[in-house]
Amino acid sequence: MIRGSWFDSRFTINDSRNTNNDMEKALRQKAEELLEKGDVKVVLGYGWNRGKTRTTPVFITKPEDVEKLVFNPLCVNNLSLYLTRQYKDIQALGKPAIVAKGCDIRTIAVLIAEGQIERDNIVIIGMTCNGVVYKQELWKGKLSDDIMPTKCHNCDVRNPHLADYIIGDAVDFMPPEEPSGMVFDKIKELDTMEQDKRWEFWMEHFARCVKCYACSKICPLCYCERCIAEKNMPQWIETSAHPRGNLAWNLIRAMHLAGRCTFCGECERACPTDIPLNLINQKLAKEINDAFGYRAGYDEKEHPPLIVFNPDDQEDFIK
Amino acid sequence: MPANEMSVMDNKQAITEKQETTTAWEPKITAFVCNWCTYAGADLAGTSRMEYRPNVRIIKLPCTGRIDPLFIIKAFEKEADGVLVSGCHPGDCHYTTGNYHARRRWIAFKTLMEFVGIDMRRLHFSWVSASEAIKWVDLINNVTDEVKELGPFVEYKGLND
Repeated sequence: MIRGSWFDSRFTINDSRNTNNDMEKALRQKAEELLEKGDVKVVLGYGWNRGKTRTTPVFITKPEDVEKLVFNPLCVNNLSLYLTRQYKDIQALGKPAIVAKGCDIRTIAVLIAEGQIERDNIVIIGMTCNGVVYKQELWKGKLSDDIMPTKCHNCDVRNPHLADYIIGDAVDFMPPEEPSGMVFDKIKELDTMEQDKRWEFWMEHFARCVKCYACSKICPLCYCERCIAEKNMPQWIETSAHPRGNLAWNLIRAMHLAGRCTFCGECERACPTDIPLNLINQKLAKEINDAFGYRAGYDEKEHPPLIVFNPDDQEDFIK
Repeated sequence: MPANEMSVMDNKQAITEKQETTTAWEPKITAFVCNWCTYAGADLAGTSRMEYRPNVRIIKLPCTGRIDPLFIIKAFEKEADGVLVSGCHPGDCHYTTGNYHARRRWIAFKTLMEFVGIDMRRLHFSWVSASEAIKWVDLINNVTDEVKELGPFVEYKGLND
């Protein structure tokens, strides 16, 4: 596979301020139609910030506002976060339509599988996607391999797999058979390290944790109304930014996402101290796939692996 | 310094030194066990007057399905040098499926603990039934000896400073 060849000129959005590409036109048309017909009360999508340097979530409730909707490689946010119950004010608006890339739809599929939303209560506007930037500040007007996150290089849902409407032409992209890229390479490197070196690596990273809980707040799958970190009778996880509590928090956060994380990468992107959370999430995702043959976010009817079991599950460490 | 005072001090020093050498470090092992199998197995070992290492602190829970990974983390935080998790054999769960769920959870949790660099010789998982008192005794002895050889869990305890 030659990387880059898939990046067809039809989809090239060289100018970040270009608002007239076909996908955006089709998206606005669809949003307008849905709002006018009254099928949905709100469209969750991407819009420009004031300086047109980044995209930010927008909530369109009136058909005349659809011009605000944009779609380009800066649309990194996983908007499915706003479908969860912590955003009661958005739910109060009424039935939502959501503008979602394939990776966001994976998260929506998990939310449906876990009974958080009903498939019939949302309209998914799936966007075909050629990749997004890892961080919006990296954007220089052109999408290239080196500013794309690992998830995009291994993406098998560039054509949305679960959507009511699909906007954009089909993308012809085959992900590598063996997941590759920065995150997976680092996992391999860590796996071959001595155990005490791994400990040092993680302690160094977790030491920077300031317990802002941004990783949890941005995660669409961390939807508990009361997080274990907020419970203090007993205090399971220390709230101060202390190495002991930092380790407990990061372990439990990862554990609660085992078999559910869809690698949207929002936690690592939101982390103010750049803790490589994708490593720990993807390590667990790989283990879950190896042990139970399950990858999160592809089938909205299948139960997540840690709430079901198979009497024939294999392990070699329980003596 | 008068001679008699000197000898008293020497004596004191000798005593403390002796105490330090004789009270050798002993590991603390925390065992999370289920009420119906492993706890009963440990009970059988006790009523059968079998002897085993006294380093283990048993925490009884209704079922292995009740054992949250947080418990294990908390045990290490509270200065356990080793943790043992044990319950009914697959298929024997008092609540039918609790240990099947627990097994899945442990498969994920073990990977996670290994990945952050916890020595897996400090974290043991086992199935011990109500009749397996001998297995329980051997298990505790083996785990204690293994952890004793490793020494105190200084990496985790170091986080407390």
